[in-house]
Amino acid sequence: MRLLARLRNPDLVCQQAVELVTDYLEGSLSRSARRRFEAHLAGCPHCTEYLAQMRETIRLTGRIEPEDLTPQMRDEFTDLYRRWRSDQQ
Amino acid sequence: MDPDSELLLRLRSGDERAFVSLVERYHEPMLQLAASFVPSRAVAEEVVQDTWLAVLRGLENFEGRSSLKTWLFRILVNRARTTGSKEQRSVPVADPEPAVDPARFGGDGGWADPPEHWIEAAEGRMEAGKLADRIRAWIGELPARQREVVLLRDVEGMSSEEVCAVLALTEGNQRVLLHRGRSRLRQLFEGEFREVR
Repeated sequence: MRLLARLRNPDLVCQQAVELVTDYLEGSLSRSARRRFEAHLAGCPHCTEYLAQMRETIRLTGRIEPEDLTPQMRDEFTDLYRRWRSDQQ
Repeated sequence: MDPDSELLLRLRSGDERAFVSLVERYHEPMLQLAASFVPSRAVAEEVVQDTWLAVLRGLENFEGRSSLKTWLFRILVNRARTTGSKEQRSVPVADPEPAVDPARFGGDGGWADPPEHWIEAAEGRMEAGKLADRIRAWIGELPARQREVVLLRDVEGMSSEEVCAVLALTEGNQRVLLHRGRSRLRQLFEGEFREVR
């Protein structure tokens, strides 16, 4: 039985696992695909590391903050807003 | 009151500081996004300026069916699309580029050259304020459609539903683009810290 299950559902190799990381993080894998992915991770420290790196990539990317406006731009936008307000009234 | 409603109230009632802080928060992210649709920085700046005008004009009628942020980016993308060249948009979503260089795997598909650990080194450099510019530049070098998705999902923290709405993408295509973009960024992090050793 076990063998038959494996025939239908062969184990993942690392090269396939790395392509499933985003689907896994997005929660878009089917239940069986998720189980297969997690089973692979459980036996593979390199892919576990890879997943941790993808999570870190997302975290670091999320920490970028927009640069400040120049004082000149602040003034321009303040003027723009004032003009809009006076047109409104 | 949720933050959006409060901000809207202030914007509509003439609070210019509310407007300037909105611009402060979104001007640069909008520029980056616009730049991926149009041929030059100058054109991107025009598109963003037009967007701010449209935002002011639309404030009165904005009904809050989406978040304010989604609304802003939708206006921007619609304008950038109209302005940008059409042919550039026909690039297919599914480019065949793998997440990891195939040469790093053996014949059995297992790692031959496994990922090197860099997480702590990157955290340290980020804390020191020395990594953000680098990441910004890397994002700027991603293929346009991957860049758009990464900017909205990972930099702006929008949900996949919001990103699909803003960029007019299917869930599936959004995920493929996100996967390519994030995988590429991971490679760049690894390369960055591999050189340091």
